[in-house]
Amino acid sequence: MIGFELQSIEPDNVPVAIGQLIKNGGRMQMVYGWQPDDGHLELRYVASRGVNEDFLVLRCVPRGPLPSVAGISPLLGWHEREISDLFGLKFTGLPEPYRLVLHDGASPVMPPLDRAYPFDTPMPFEPTEGGMPVVDSADVQRLPFGPVRADVVESVELIFFYIGEHILHLHPQLFFKHRGMEKRFEGRSLAHGVILAERVSGVDSFAHGLCFCQAVECAAHCIVPPRALMLRSLLAELERLYNHLHYLGHLSHTTTLKVGEAEGKLLEERAKQINGRLTGSRFLRGLLIPGGLRCDLAPELWLSQALEDLRKDVAVYTAMLETTNSHLDRLITTGVLNRQVAYDQGATGPIDRASGLDWDLRRDHPYAAYGELPLTVPVRTSGDAHARAQIRIAEIDASIALIQRILLLLAAGPVRVDCSPTPHSEGLGWVESPRGSLFYGIHFDSGSTLSRVKIKSPSFSNWRVFPLTVHDSNMMDYAINEASFGLTVAGCDR
Amino acid sequence: MPLWTLFGLRKGKATTVWPKRGQENGQEGVRGMPRIEPQRCEDGCTQCAAVCPTEAIRVHADQTGAARLEVDYGRCIVCQLCVEACPTDAVTASSDWAFGTCNRSDLVLSGDFHIVPKVTEPESRHGFHRSLHIRHVDAGSCNGCESELQALNNPFYNLHRLGIFFTPSPRFADLLLVTGPVTYAMREPLQRAYEAMPEPRWVMAVGTCAVSGGVAGGGYACGNGLEGVLPVDLYLPGCPPNPAALIEALLMFLERAPQRVKGGRLVE
Repeated sequence: MIGFELQSIEPDNVPVAIGQLIKNGGRMQMVYGWQPDDGHLELRYVASRGVNEDFLVLRCVPRGPLPSVAGISPLLGWHEREISDLFGLKFTGLPEPYRLVLHDGASPVMPPLDRAYPFDTPMPFEPTEGGMPVVDSADVQRLPFGPVRADVVESVELIFFYIGEHILHLHPQLFFKHRGMEKRFEGRSLAHGVILAERVSGVDSFAHGLCFCQAVECAAHCIVPPRALMLRSLLAELERLYNHLHYLGHLSHTTTLKVGEAEGKLLEERAKQINGRLTGSRFLRGLLIPGGLRCDLAPELWLSQALEDLRKDVAVYTAMLETTNSHLDRLITTGVLNRQVAYDQGATGPIDRASGLDWDLRRDHPYAAYGELPLTVPVRTSGDAHARAQIRIAEIDASIALIQRILLLLAAGPVRVDCSPTPHSEGLGWVESPRGSLFYGIHFDSGSTLSRVKIKSPSFSNWRVFPLTVHDSNMMDYAINEASFGLTVAGCDR
Repeated sequence: MPLWTLFGLRKGKATTVWPKRGQENGQEGVRGMPRIEPQRCEDGCTQCAAVCPTEAIRVHADQTGAARLEVDYGRCIVCQLCVEACPTDAVTASSDWAFGTCNRSDLVLSGDFHIVPKVTEPESRHGFHRSLHIRHVDAGSCNGCESELQALNNPFYNLHRLGIFFTPSPRFADLLLVTGPVTYAMREPLQRAYEAMPEPRWVMAVGTCAVSGGVAGGGYACGNGLEGVLPVDLYLPGCPPNPAALIEALLMFLERAPQRVKGGRLVE
């Protein structure tokens, strides 16, 4: 089983070590802070190396401001800013030395993730405008849009700097929805931890719950029974299915393909009803527990038949989409993300794979039952909205094939074992959610309750990348481009 | 494009006839709030209260000193931990999801529970019984409620047929539908959306987060839902409430369907 290798490094050596790691083909995944019992701050830099290799976790105890590595690994810039906001640690040489997670005007009595922070004390907040790009031309107009936007959508403020139809710069003001979810895990039991994880990002409920469980199981060296592993893969694919179908419906909405929108959303509804019928929850909640599943499922014949019916209808639908010129005209060459930018800035999931990066945690760092299942990972190279849609279309097919395979292979057996992590242990969990790579870093202190839970959601990565495809584009394409990324705000803001 | 028209026509009608006729509401097998029958409890057993992550089930002593269960469905996140913990059959899983109420106290099962008083007097909604325009504001939800709200406009539920519409501008809205526990940064935009609405205006709290804070409520960044933020006229707990529950609650608010929950119990 793949796990992680923990190494300690000196604060001064961080830039060199990370530079060397990247040179050797590694890719940074996240950096986060945590405070052990004695109250000092430690950082964990998490990197992926080759296929099927352990993740590398670098432990660093800062003794003052740390040198920023955002110049070497740009994707870590947001992570460092988050640590600054929530732990109060300073980074020197940070290219964007502004707040990220906390809005300007929020003045917590002490950094909110400090263990000493009084648990239920709200931060005083006086709304003030945050840092904005300086624009010195009268021709450039500024359009603030949000956080309350048209339609039923999540809250985010999009600030456009534009001339006529031409967008010069997009500044997304995120984190209106920051709920401080990571703090809510502190001191909670494992059973409550899963319930919380499932509610970090609603449409990725299962992925978050699974990632949490896998991180705990990693800390506890727990071996989950094979039937539970198979069912976990099955459920994870059901989640991908309804998310991708929603995505196609929503994308058709932005290209004003009305019947295409209706059909996509109807197919999504069918997928959600399958979830409800199979598990009791349309969002696949309430099933996971560290050590396996809370109850066994009986995916009988109807599931296989329902999915086959769905597959046939999806095939007709996607074939129609792929031959509709008015739809394709709006997608092709829209919002191009090139491979190098995608890699450096940390794009993940279908976004990553649409820009030519062949990486999927299910195949390259297998978890649950994926190691035993044949998995097709679609990759495209054009990096535009069309490529991103094509990846999803291909993944729908692959997901249904996987589920059918699991239904054939599923053998009887127990679905749960006891899982109790040892004191002072730590674990890393990873899941390829419908939106890309999701990581949980989990730490236990002297008891068996959670002491620190770090969540790196795929939307946190992809929101960082997204504006880079908007700068220097035009207003008419914006909504299409945003839909083609399939972002959630809840996952990013936490 | 003509191909799509043909495609749509060939598909026929996808919309359910529910709630007008039949039971086909799309929620087969979907779990709702757990059913609790305190008379079946073992003496002194408090296991359900101990496992509840949101303190929806609490134990307190009544005047005679005996332990009594208090259940606040406005705090329930449908996690089913109490169902699994119950040693007798006092707590059972159910499909009771139609939990829309106009009074916060109707979500509470127990006589002397601390009841959050309703802030506004009930007004006549005469003139709004047939049609309603809704402005939705996400005040920090997990996106689960949004996913179900978006589903309302899919062809299966097709909310338009009931004369209920989402409107982009609060200026045209009758009802402000709020999801999420109300984060510190969303509090002001939410209040501004409310102030921009013409009177008469109403507020609906959708999802347990908006009703009471849910799992995210409290802490450094969140409030406890709409408590103390806006006057609420319609509560619908659930995590998230499913589209059929949303439809039932909206019709109930328009006095086109009965309120099914009274005193924390579903009355048939």
